[in-house]
Amino acid sequence: MVFLEFEKPLESLYEQLEKIKQVGEQGVIDVSDNIKELENTIRAKRKEIYTNLTGWQKVQLSRHPERPYTLFYIREITKKFTELHGDRYFGDDKAIVGGLAQINGHSVVLIGHQKGVSTKMRQYRNFGMANPEGYRKALRLMKLAEKFNVPVVTLIDTPGAYPGMEAEERGQAEAIARNLYEMSQLRVPILCYVIGEGASGGAIGIGVGDRVFMLENTWYSVISPESCSSILWRSWDYKEQAAEALKLTADHMFEFGLIDGIVKEPLGGAHTDPAGMAKALKKHMKKELSELLEMDPDARIAARIEKYSKMGQFRLKEKAEAQSEEESKS
Amino acid sequence: MEKESMGWFRRLKDGIQTATKFKKEAPDGLWHKCTNCGETNTYKDLRENYFKCPKCNAHERIGSHDYFEILFDGKSEELFDDLESYDFLEFTDLKSYTDRLEKAHAKTHLADAITVATGKIGRKPIVVAAMDFSFIGGSMGSVVGEKIARSIDYCIEHQVPLMIISKSGGARMMESAFSLMQMAKTSAKLSQMGRAGIPYFSFMTDPTTGGVTASYAMLGDINFAEPGALIGFAGPRVIKETIKQDLPEGFQTAEFLLEHGFLDFIVDRSELRDKLDDLLTFFQKAA
Repeated sequence: MVFLEFEKPLESLYEQLEKIKQVGEQGVIDVSDNIKELENTIRAKRKEIYTNLTGWQKVQLSRHPERPYTLFYIREITKKFTELHGDRYFGDDKAIVGGLAQINGHSVVLIGHQKGVSTKMRQYRNFGMANPEGYRKALRLMKLAEKFNVPVVTLIDTPGAYPGMEAEERGQAEAIARNLYEMSQLRVPILCYVIGEGASGGAIGIGVGDRVFMLENTWYSVISPESCSSILWRSWDYKEQAAEALKLTADHMFEFGLIDGIVKEPLGGAHTDPAGMAKALKKHMKKELSELLEMDPDARIAARIEKYSKMGQFRLKEKAEAQSEEESKS
Repeated sequence: MEKESMGWFRRLKDGIQTATKFKKEAPDGLWHKCTNCGETNTYKDLRENYFKCPKCNAHERIGSHDYFEILFDGKSEELFDDLESYDFLEFTDLKSYTDRLEKAHAKTHLADAITVATGKIGRKPIVVAAMDFSFIGGSMGSVVGEKIARSIDYCIEHQVPLMIISKSGGARMMESAFSLMQMAKTSAKLSQMGRAGIPYFSFMTDPTTGGVTASYAMLGDINFAEPGALIGFAGPRVIKETIKQDLPEGFQTAEFLLEHGFLDFIVDRSELRDKLDDLLTFFQKAA
């Protein structure tokens, strides 16, 4: 098990538990009561730690090395998955996967960022940072879904679109922009979930949907806390403050009306019970998809565009001036 | 031989009508040193040459009102000028967002990083939304997104083409995910305009980066740029840190993008108005 810094109190409790279990295995003393007691302590401690996580702690959880990634959810949630490769122009991006699947007897096209599960695989997946061909592959699969009237589900988990030289040469910006444009008008339902990191353009590049949800311990922001710290605080040391200032948690995003809801995670995070998490996610998808499929395509597109059109906070100048006049009077 | 080499002999019309508060704060006699070649010129010569260096043709960064003057000879009407940003997230880094906004207002006299105007070029109407780099790095926040959305609604309603002049460091971090969502918002609105058959011209100027490039800047029916403009998704510094090697000469310039297939053409600022006139004629005849 991997323990994050704020989970350290749990680590020693788990060590104690292991020791007691070893004693119990010798068969001399009955330790079942001790085990039960310790497990209760662990549960209470876990609850205490996880009830009030800071923004930065959630960022750490979203990056937990044991956290389930897209292909895990695809395996658990769908049947008869056929992965489709390539953007038909340049190549196949390993940081975005996608394909044909069955959920509860219905066909869906599933697309998601994919991070690697080992050092070697992390490199192979480019740490979930897609190149333009990844976004173009995603769009190709969405157009395929549209052609055969099948809904699209996307799973978002990226530290950002890859900021490399070749990505620029091949039009990283154009690829993301094109997806935003085309996803706005796609005639089939689009359902999106942030399952880990939702960093900036790289995330929203497959994230324009009729409904967008975040798992409880994920984040969504215009910039990572580290990069924000380096730019605005001119140092890498203010990531905790940046995470707070950016208000990037699922709770904040829901409160702001920028996402449509939150999917609860098992206590301690998705990685403590991946199968349970997948089950909850499947149930959620099933319900949302059936609702979206009932809508008329034109009405669904209009509602989708209307939703994004309303996003933004600003004020009218006269009002502000009147307000400050009012304040100066009183 | 291209006409543009003669460009610096051309004079803008007299009787400039730009409000005094938007005038570049320099008396005509002041000297200006070119940021590219180091040549010194009087401010007056620079202005009369479309703010380009008479020696090396480097295009100095200019503001929305300078572009309106070049395009409309001062005869334009500003739209949606009543919108302004405020610090709804109570975002504070080394400074508060409120402070940043106040400073930007005081420095630029602008409402935000984009100004929209409608006017005519060769008797053909157009809406131009022009960004200002001097306002918090031309960053895209809620007001920029909303002004673009309203411009699109206006263009659909009045059947008028739209040009956005991009000049931006990217999304406005102080509005966090709200600024990110402006990418989706502006792209979704552009898709509506596309469906309505209204032409959209994207004009990229130095610099156009980040979330602006990855949304409306790359979505023009026609994409074009000023010579030498920096255009990209990630900033050069970030790319350099990622790949840990120096970037080649001319990387992410307008010329580089043209070569890689992402621009339709590059236009010298002195030719901008004529080029736009041609485009408007084409789309008018096509309709």
